[in-house]
Amino acid sequence: MSKAKGRVISVNESLVGAKNTEGAVINGEVAYIILEDGKRLKSEVIDVKQGGVVYLQVFEDTGWMKIGDLVEFTGLPLAVKLGPGILGSVTDGLQNPLYELAKIEWFLERGLEVSPLDNTQKWHFTPTVQKDDVVTGSSVLGHVPEKLFQHKIFVPFSVQGEYTIESIAQEGGYTIDETIAVIKDGSGNTQELQMAFDWPVKKPMPFHERSVPEKPMPTGIRILDALFPIAFGGTACNPGPFGAGKTVLQHSLARHSQADVVIIAACGERAGEAVEVFKDFPELIDPRTGKSLMDRTFIVGNTSSMPVAAREASVYMATTVGEYYRKQGLNVLILADSTSRWAQALRETSGRKEEIPGPEAFPMYISTLISAFYDRAGIEKLPDESTGSLSIIGTVSPAGGNFDEPVTQATLLSTGAFWGLSRALSDARKYPAIDRIDSTSKYPSLLQKEEVLYLLELLRDGKTIASNILLMGEKGITDESYIRYQKSELLDSVFLQQNSFDEVDGVTNPERLRLMFNMVKEIIDAPVTIQGKEGIRSHFNFMRQAFLDWNYTQLKDEKFEKQKSKLLKLVKQMGYAEENV
Amino acid sequence: MLRKTYENIDSIGRAILSIKASGVHNKELAEVIYPTGEKAFAQVIALDGEQVTLQLFGGGFGVSTDCKIRFLGKPVQVGFSDDMLGRVYSGNGQPIDGGPELMADQIRIAGPSINPVKRLIPKNMIRTGVPMIDVFNTLVRSQKIPIFAKAGEPYNQLLANIATQTDADVIIIGGVGLKYDEYHYFRQRIEDAGSKNKTVMFVHTHRDSIVEGLMVPDLALAVGEQFALQGKNVFVLLSDMTQWSDYLRQVANAQDQIPANQGYPGDLYSQLASRYEKAADIDGAGSLTILGVTTMDDVTHPVPDNTGYITEGQFYMKDGYLELFGSLSRLKQQVNDKTRSDHRNIMNAMARLLSESEERVKAQKFGSVKDDYSLRLLDYRKTFQQELMDPFRFLELEDALDLCWDILSNHFKREEVGLSSELIDAYWPEKGKYKILKNSTHE
Repeated sequence: MSKAKGRVISVNESLVGAKNTEGAVINGEVAYIILEDGKRLKSEVIDVKQGGVVYLQVFEDTGWMKIGDLVEFTGLPLAVKLGPGILGSVTDGLQNPLYELAKIEWFLERGLEVSPLDNTQKWHFTPTVQKDDVVTGSSVLGHVPEKLFQHKIFVPFSVQGEYTIESIAQEGGYTIDETIAVIKDGSGNTQELQMAFDWPVKKPMPFHERSVPEKPMPTGIRILDALFPIAFGGTACNPGPFGAGKTVLQHSLARHSQADVVIIAACGERAGEAVEVFKDFPELIDPRTGKSLMDRTFIVGNTSSMPVAAREASVYMATTVGEYYRKQGLNVLILADSTSRWAQALRETSGRKEEIPGPEAFPMYISTLISAFYDRAGIEKLPDESTGSLSIIGTVSPAGGNFDEPVTQATLLSTGAFWGLSRALSDARKYPAIDRIDSTSKYPSLLQKEEVLYLLELLRDGKTIASNILLMGEKGITDESYIRYQKSELLDSVFLQQNSFDEVDGVTNPERLRLMFNMVKEIIDAPVTIQGKEGIRSHFNFMRQAFLDWNYTQLKDEKFEKQKSKLLKLVKQMGYAEENV
Repeated sequence: MLRKTYENIDSIGRAILSIKASGVHNKELAEVIYPTGEKAFAQVIALDGEQVTLQLFGGGFGVSTDCKIRFLGKPVQVGFSDDMLGRVYSGNGQPIDGGPELMADQIRIAGPSINPVKRLIPKNMIRTGVPMIDVFNTLVRSQKIPIFAKAGEPYNQLLANIATQTDADVIIIGGVGLKYDEYHYFRQRIEDAGSKNKTVMFVHTHRDSIVEGLMVPDLALAVGEQFALQGKNVFVLLSDMTQWSDYLRQVANAQDQIPANQGYPGDLYSQLASRYEKAADIDGAGSLTILGVTTMDDVTHPVPDNTGYITEGQFYMKDGYLELFGSLSRLKQQVNDKTRSDHRNIMNAMARLLSESEERVKAQKFGSVKDDYSLRLLDYRKTFQQELMDPFRFLELEDALDLCWDILSNHFKREEVGLSSELIDAYWPEKGKYKILKNSTHE
C-alpha cells in the first residue's frame, strides 16, 4: 500500500494543519512531519476536513516548522509494542525508553525515537505447541521467563481465523525480533511470528470472557481495605485539591498493593514524582516476592513539561500494556496520575481546533472518553480457565478542589470506588486524608459487611457530636456522648490514620488489619465508667498512646504481643488509667 | 545573509501583529523596523498559509502600517557567559544597568525539559533559618516552591532573605511586573548581603511591555539552567508569577483563544509547568531551585490553584506570618528523617495540636470554650504564633526543634501530645526548664 503524503499549511502550537497531496488519509493514523533540518516529528491525525485538509496533533515542539514542510503518513494507528521486556522499564508517553534516550541526549530533544523494547536481549523461549497444532489470535505459543513471571508468547491478537503451526522454534534463546513460529491458513498462506507485536493503543483489547470484580485487593492502607476497598478488576478515583495527599497515596498504592503488576501512568504531573519511583523502587524489596519492587512495575512518564499532545497517548499506552498483562493471567493495577491533565490536553487541542466548548471549556465528548477509559478495567476469564484482572485507580485534580467540575463528575459516574481527599483532614494531618463520611465503595471489604457499617456509624456519630461540642462546648453534652465522641476520635487516630512514611505503620496486611480491627472493636464495645470529661479524655489519651506504640511494632515481634496485652489491660480497666504506658 | 523584509502589515493589536509572508519558521525571531529606523523585536507564534502572526516584544502601541518586518532566521535566544554575574537585564535580554553589552554565547530559551532519568532524587536540605520552613516545611535543593500571599505581604523580603542566607552559588532574580521600589529593594538587598557578584537580574517593571514580562522567566531559567549544567547550585527567584499569568491571559485573549477558567487560557497549567519543571537536581551536574511568588486573594483562584498542582508545595504567608496550614513542602520527607530523630514526629504533633486548637477558635466564637484543656489549646496557639511563625526570626533548626519541645511542655501533659513514649523520654523538658522558650512569654 502506498503511503499518503501531504504538506504543512498551518501551525498553531501543537496543532498543525496539512494538505493531503497524495494517497488516502486514515483518521487516527500516525504521520511524521519532516523539518528542514531533517528532524522527524511524530504526530497523529485527529481530524480530516473537506478539501483534503488534515489536522495533526504533534507530539513534539513545533518550533521551526514552516509552511510547506513534508508530511509522511504511515497508514498505521498509534500503537504500543507488546512482548517480554516491558516490566521494570521507564518510557515516555510514546514508549521511548527514557534510559535509552538519556544515552543520546540529557534533554528530551525532539525527533528522537528508539526501539521501545530491547531488541538485543535473548529470552529463553520454551514452546508449548507443536507442528500442525491449530491456533488463532491470542493462542499461546510458548513462554519465556520475565522477572517474576512466565511471560506467555501469543499469536498476535489481531490474527483472525484458524491457522496451523507450520514450524515452531525449539527451546532456546531468541530476541523479540526473531521468528519463533510460522503459521499457515486454510489456503496455504504463511505468516511469520515474533515474540513481540503491536496493538493500537486506542482500541480496547477484547475480553475473552468478562466477569465482575468482587474480590477485594489488599492495598495495605487501612482506611481503604476496611472502609472503601477496591476489588481486583475494579476502578477507583481519588479527586482532591493539591496538597491533600494524592501523590503520597498513589506511591503507597504502587508499593503495597497486592497486584502482580503495577503500571504507573505519570500523565502531566511532576517529573520528580516519577523519578522517586523509578530510582527508589529498584532498591526496595517486595516482601511478597522477595524481589525488587521495580520487577513488577512499569512506568510511563509524560510529565507536565513534556509535549502536551502525548499525554493522551501515555494514558492509553499504559492501559494497553495493562490489558496485555491481564491476558497473561496476572492481576494488574494502573495508577493514572492525573486524568485531569489528560482532559486538559484534550481541552487545549479542542480549543485550537475551535470546537464549540462545553463546561469550563472542556470538549463536549470528555465524559464519553473518560467512561470508555475506565471501562477497559475488569476481570477476564482466559481460555485456560485462569483469570486476569486490570484495576484502574485514577487521580483527578479538580480546579479549585471543587468536585463539581466536568472531569470529576464524569469520573464519578465511571468508577466503583470514590476516595475524596479533603484539605480539612490534611490540614489536621489526618493522613490519609480520605474523607471518612463522603467516600464510597461498591466493592466488598476485607472486613465483614456489618463490621464496616459498625465503624461508619461510629464515625457519623462522632461527627455529629463534634459539631455539638463546637456549638455548646464540652460542658454542653453528656458524658455518654463525650465517650462516644472519644471512641470515634480514637478509631480515627489509631486505625484510619496511617503513617505512610513509616516502614511498619505504612503498610498493614490483612492479618494485622483483622487484629487491629478486633482491638478497636474491643475498645468501642468496652463500657467506660469514668465520670467527667477530663478523666474520660485522659483515659482515651492513654489508650491512644498505647495503641500508637503498638502500631509501630512489627507483627510477630515479641514487643507486638507485649504491647498488645498492655493495651488490652488498659481497655479492661474501664476506668481512669494512672499508669503511664 | 540578506533577509527579505515584508511591508504589508494586515493588523496590529495590543501585543500581536499579522502580516503576509512566506518561508517563515514557527517561533522565528523578527524585527519590526519603524519608518524612523528604530527597531523592536517580535516572534512568530502562528502560521496559517501566508498569514504570519507575531508577538511584539515592545507591544503594539506606536507600530504603524508602514513599519517593515524582517525575519531574522533564528529563534529567540539569550546570551550566556560568566560575566553576566552582577549584571541587570531587561525582559528582552538587554542590559539595563548602564554597563556594556557582552559578547556571549547564544543559548536557546524555553528548551525541552531534562530527561527524568537524569534527575536525582532531591536529598539535600537547604537550611534557611526560618523555623516555619526548616522545621515544618523543609526546603530541599532543586525544589520548586512559591510563596502564596496577598499583594502587600512582605514576600519579596522573605525571598531575598532565603536567597542570601543560604549557600547558593548563583542567584538569578526574575522580576515580572515589579514595582520600581521592589526592583530597587532587590538590588539593594543583594548588594548589602555581598551577593552581587553571584547574582544576575532579569527585570520587567510596570512600564515595560507585557511581552517582555512574559519572557523574563524563560530568560532567567535558561541562564540558570546553564549555570546548573556547569555544576553550580542555582537559585532562581520568580516574582510575581500571578502577574505573569495575567500577561499570558492578555496575549491569549488577543489571539482569540477560547478561555477556560476566569479568562485564563486552557493551557495555563502547561505553561506554568514548563517553567517550574526546570527545577532539577541534575545527575552529573549542579542543581536549580525555584522560589516563586504567587500573589492571590483566594487559593482556589486559577493561578495559585494550577501552581499548587505543579510546584512541590507552597509557603503560605498571611498577615506577615508564615502559616502552618496552607503551607506544604512536598520534599520535606526526603530530608527530615536525617536531621534529628524527633524532627518528623514533633512536626506532626505540633501540627495536630494546632489544628485541634483551630477547632477551639471556632468554638470560642460561640462562647462555648470553658474547659481547661481547650483553654490550654488556645494558649498554645498563641505561643506557637509568637514564637514560630515570624518569617524573619532566625533560628538554627536544632534550636527551633528544642523550642517546639519547650512549647509543648509549657502547655501540655506528656500523654496529651500523641508522641511515642520513647521520644518523650528523650526530649521532654521539665516544665519551666526550657532551652529556648523564655518563661516570661507565658504564665
